[in-house]
Amino acid sequence: MRCKTHLIQNTFRNSIQIVNDNTTQSDKPILKVRDLRTSFKTGRGTVTAVDGVSFDLYPGETLGVVGESGCGKTVTNKSIIRLLPNRVTIYDPGSVVDYRGTNLLGLTESQMRAIRGNEIGMIFQEPMTALNPVFTIGWQIEEALQYHTDLNASQRRARAIEMLRLVEMPNPEKRIDEYPHQLSGGMRQRVVIAIALCCEPDILIADEPTTALDVTIQSQILRLMDGLKEKTGTAIILITHDLGVVAQACDRVIVMYAGQIVEMAPVRQLFHNPKHPYTKALLDSMPKPGRSGHQKRLPAIEGTVPSLFDLPDGCRFADRCQHRRDKCEASLPELVTIGEGTQESKARCFYPIGDAQAVGEAS
Amino acid sequence: MWAFVIRKLVYNIPVYLAIIMLLMVLLRQRDPVAGMLGKNATEQDYINKREELGLNVPFFVQYGKLVKSIVTLDFSQKVWNEPGVTVGEKLWTAVPRSLALTVPALAITTVISIFIAMLSAFYRGRWIDRLLVFFAVLGMSVSFLVYIIFGQYFGAYKLQQWVGSPVFSIHGYESGIWNWPFYMLLPVLISVIVAMGYDTRFYRAVMVEETQADYITTARAKGAPQSKVMFVHMLRNAMIPIVTRVMITLPFLVTGSILLEEFFGIPGMGYVLLSAIRNNDFPVVEGFTAVFAGLFILSIIATDILYAIFDPRVRLQ
Repeated sequence: MRCKTHLIQNTFRNSIQIVNDNTTQSDKPILKVRDLRTSFKTGRGTVTAVDGVSFDLYPGETLGVVGESGCGKTVTNKSIIRLLPNRVTIYDPGSVVDYRGTNLLGLTESQMRAIRGNEIGMIFQEPMTALNPVFTIGWQIEEALQYHTDLNASQRRARAIEMLRLVEMPNPEKRIDEYPHQLSGGMRQRVVIAIALCCEPDILIADEPTTALDVTIQSQILRLMDGLKEKTGTAIILITHDLGVVAQACDRVIVMYAGQIVEMAPVRQLFHNPKHPYTKALLDSMPKPGRSGHQKRLPAIEGTVPSLFDLPDGCRFADRCQHRRDKCEASLPELVTIGEGTQESKARCFYPIGDAQAVGEAS
Repeated sequence: MWAFVIRKLVYNIPVYLAIIMLLMVLLRQRDPVAGMLGKNATEQDYINKREELGLNVPFFVQYGKLVKSIVTLDFSQKVWNEPGVTVGEKLWTAVPRSLALTVPALAITTVISIFIAMLSAFYRGRWIDRLLVFFAVLGMSVSFLVYIIFGQYFGAYKLQQWVGSPVFSIHGYESGIWNWPFYMLLPVLISVIVAMGYDTRFYRAVMVEETQADYITTARAKGAPQSKVMFVHMLRNAMIPIVTRVMITLPFLVTGSILLEEFFGIPGMGYVLLSAIRNNDFPVVEGFTAVFAGLFILSIIATDILYAIFDPRVRLQ
């Protein structure tokens, strides 16, 4: 894998070298996920948690992944970085996770280790427990550098201080020798981000990075991630169930339901012109300012997500859908492109919202 | 750190003094002299004996004397049953014998069970884990006595017949490092087998909990190899429950494995104390129990210090 020797020259500078001045997307995706199908062996038989997910990730963009708990957001992303338990996880032979021309699903464990933390960083939901309580934060940042760079001990330390400064940790020279329990939740999440970014990965997978934080800190962390993305050109996959976070941080959004992508659209398009009834229902269940006074209750989506052990033949959202017709229960719709240019979005629905000529009728 | 150690020591001094006092009160509930002398003693014998033991002076003077002998480590009182021998001499010969038996046993057990527990936790749910757990449960379900008897029968008696000359001693003791394997190896092995079932199960539970911790995922996401994850991240965190368990067993190290010492005829602490109690040997019982109490408190202090070393969260408090 690529050796990060350029970090050595970087170490004594104050900020990371600017890889990408303009944050507009380049045409070539850095990550291509094709037909990802991840199953688990369980006591009740095999269950497919992610069923045919395909998407591209472009350099410098933030791709949001939203959906209810258990819809496959985390499994999709842990499949990319291969952090699922080897023994019970089955990747479909046809699945491809193409990173710089290499199928990550075909790599050995040791080849994968050279990718993790180096090319693809990951940050987690619980900053309170994600750090090892018995090592200093400096040690934990330096550990990643030790695996992936040729820096010596003092260079690693300098780099760790630089990273702490980059994630806006006050007084990094002093803080570097502190233990996680001496830091607040927001500070710990900054450390987790510093660990994930210290080797300048191309991709950062953030699995609900702000869920455990209070709203002010949440917004600070999102702004920090956005700033770092602009400095380093790292592409971010942001997993969340909070549409507010999506609106603030993402460029494009994937909506997942029961292990499949049901809608994929640029963020403005998704919020202003949702195509899939599930997306629409999600947006409707969000409180909106100025509406709370005279509205009785927030609408909730009736019913529950179908069990992955007992999936319907037709559309997986059908029995909760208000626009359901006979066809929906008979066969599973494909993910189809609707609209063009900036209006383009993809939805897995026979009768997408706001589409006069329904896809189902046309075919 | 030193302030922490000194503070711990100072705090425990009144605790120890209170324990000594309680001990002395308890030991004087039944007149030790009457029990020792038997029915045929005269009034004068009784008065002489009390004087010899120093029991005729007020309680607090006796208390002061005992505290002084502990502080100076000078137990010059006479053993009743062996004329001319002091309690101190008894103590200093018995302690190393007990330690020669229990320290190797504890060290071997701890290292092996941690290793097996990590293996078991790593392969959790697979046949190798199930097999190890099965043997651990089997091992802990069989009585200590069975192991001693089987050990003596096969390890000492039968082995001697097969080999032609004695490999391990069945009963008896001689001091000296070269005699150690002959007299001590068999009881140490038995002790290891007995303790390993319990320890493995305990450490496995600890390790399983640690493998599910979030920081393990973070370490793996950093690109850490499996060996680093297990032996650096996991083991370091598991050290806290491991230290607790080892330290709990430390005081018993000194008292010794009474059963093993009894069956193999090793005159260690447990053996000596037991026979002193049996023979109403008041000075030995008092001296030994006072020293045990002190060692117990020292091991608790050592536990706190080790916690502070292994867990930074303890240090601040």
